[in-house]
Amino acid sequence: MKVTVTVNGRAETHDVETRTLLVYFLREACGLTGTNVGCDTTSCGACTVLLNGESVKSCTVLAAQADGQEVTTIEGLAKPDGTFHPVQQAFHEHHALQCGYCTPGMVMAITSLLKEHPNPTEAEVREGLEGNLCRCTGYHNIVKAALAAAGSTELVS
Amino acid sequence: MIPAKFEYRRAGSVDEAIGWLREDPDDAKLLAGGHSLLPLMKLRLATPGVLVDVGRIDGLSYVRDAGDHVAIGALTRHRDLETSEVARAHAPLLARVAAQIGDPQVRHRGTIGGSLAHGDPASDLPAAALAYGATFVAQGPNGTRQIPADEFFLGFLETALQPDEMLTEIRVPKSGGASAFQKFNRRAQDWAIVGVAAVLDGTPRVALVNMGPTPVRARAVEEALASGASAVDAAAHAADGLEPPSDVHASSEYRRHLATVLVRRALEEASAARG
Ligand SMILES: Cc1cc2nc3c(=O)[nH]c(=O)nc-3n(C[C@H](O)[C@H](O)[C@H](O)COP(=O)(O)OP(=O)(O)OC[C@H]3O[C@@H](n4cnc5c(N)ncnc54)[C@H](O)[C@@H]3O)c2cc1C
Ligand code: FES
Ligand code: FES
Repeated sequence: MKVTVTVNGRAETHDVETRTLLVYFLREACGLTGTNVGCDTTSCGACTVLLNGESVKSCTVLAAQADGQEVTTIEGLAKPDGTFHPVQQAFHEHHALQCGYCTPGMVMAITSLLKEHPNPTEAEVREGLEGNLCRCTGYHNIVKAALAAAGSTELVS
Repeated sequence: MIPAKFEYRRAGSVDEAIGWLREDPDDAKLLAGGHSLLPLMKLRLATPGVLVDVGRIDGLSYVRDAGDHVAIGALTRHRDLETSEVARAHAPLLARVAAQIGDPQVRHRGTIGGSLAHGDPASDLPAAALAYGATFVAQGPNGTRQIPADEFFLGFLETALQPDEMLTEIRVPKSGGASAFQKFNRRAQDWAIVGVAAVLDGTPRVALVNMGPTPVRARAVEEALASGASAVDAAAHAADGLEPPSDVHASSEYRRHLATVLVRRALEEASAARG
């Protein structure tokens, strides 16, 4: 079937099988490989993207369900001149990644979280990221980065 | 993991969806948020030939004050239930339960209708619906009918819905704040090993998550409360007559014990909330 999704502001139309998952539409049809597949079972959050502005696990959404909708991936966050999005900048400054595999999903999940909780507590950040696993277990700096991006004044030791 | 092949149809209305279900009662399935069905399809535990996507039908996502009850559209997503002012004021247990489902990504997609229609004993909203004595509205080829929550969950992943019926609305009698939800799991994001929903406004009602093949009421606890037993004494009956499953998370025996602990906590929390 023909599926058209506005990805990072650009209309992407591709002829795909009805069973194509959104993550494979993005990676294989659109060539946007920033979104990773970790578990493929809705557990790890590596595949998190924004669907109409909200975080979703793109391994558990059909491309057909996103037809006519807006998707933002990690590639769509920085400005065209390369200036980082505040969450990316905070990851950079707080060394919030090790191997980097979970990072695109973490950044997208935090971007969505901060829309819903502009000034979260540390506990809200930790709970808000319960659907994202970091195999390198670098959670501490990821939480620091999220709080920094929120401009939260809460002290994280 | 990719699902088996299927034909995809996007329904523009409930009537259209029901028409398609009718054409193919054995092979067509509704798709709402897809957060129970797609994982099963990826594992090939479900292989519907036709997927009828109801996710875009207008006007089925709402939480309304309907006088003596709160009316919730079947396509209302967990996140919208969690943040609804009407739910928080008049059906607070539902809002609190919705907030504890899975993780934010899951709550952005999953719907209350899908959660109830799936009939999974490990799901949280069915227990809350049982504890509130909710009524479900189903639409089929011959119009709508109302099904009490108590008559809805028939077996493992089996409900009173006919293959050509769609759940359209959930009606929850308005309730005060004397309610509680206790969910026990070992890891963030996990399903409940055991969960308890308790409502003490009016006649006490207590329902359990993951304590048998269906979401189930803790009748023995309710009877003990009705005859004046304390929370501790009533909670001791939490697993009476129930045979919870054994799995990698817990043995049946462990669940039976856990149920007594969580029912006590839920009853204490709910009565403290009543003040
Ligand atoms: C990682 C993960 C963690 C989760 N954790 C929890 C948890 O902790 N607690 C919990 O309760 N749930 C949990 N869930 C399940 C989640 O709540 C699902 O969203 C929900 O169970 C199903 O809703 P859905 O809209 O996604 O339904 P779908 O998957 O679209 O459909 C489920 C079933 O219901 C049928 N159906 C859907 N809508 C209707 C309707 N209106 N009328 C008739 N039939 C219908 C479908 O045909 C299908 O058989 C989790 C899911 C995932 C992926
Ligand atoms: S790859 Fe989608 S949640 Fe892990
Ligand atoms: S940085 Fe390696 S998985 Fe998170």
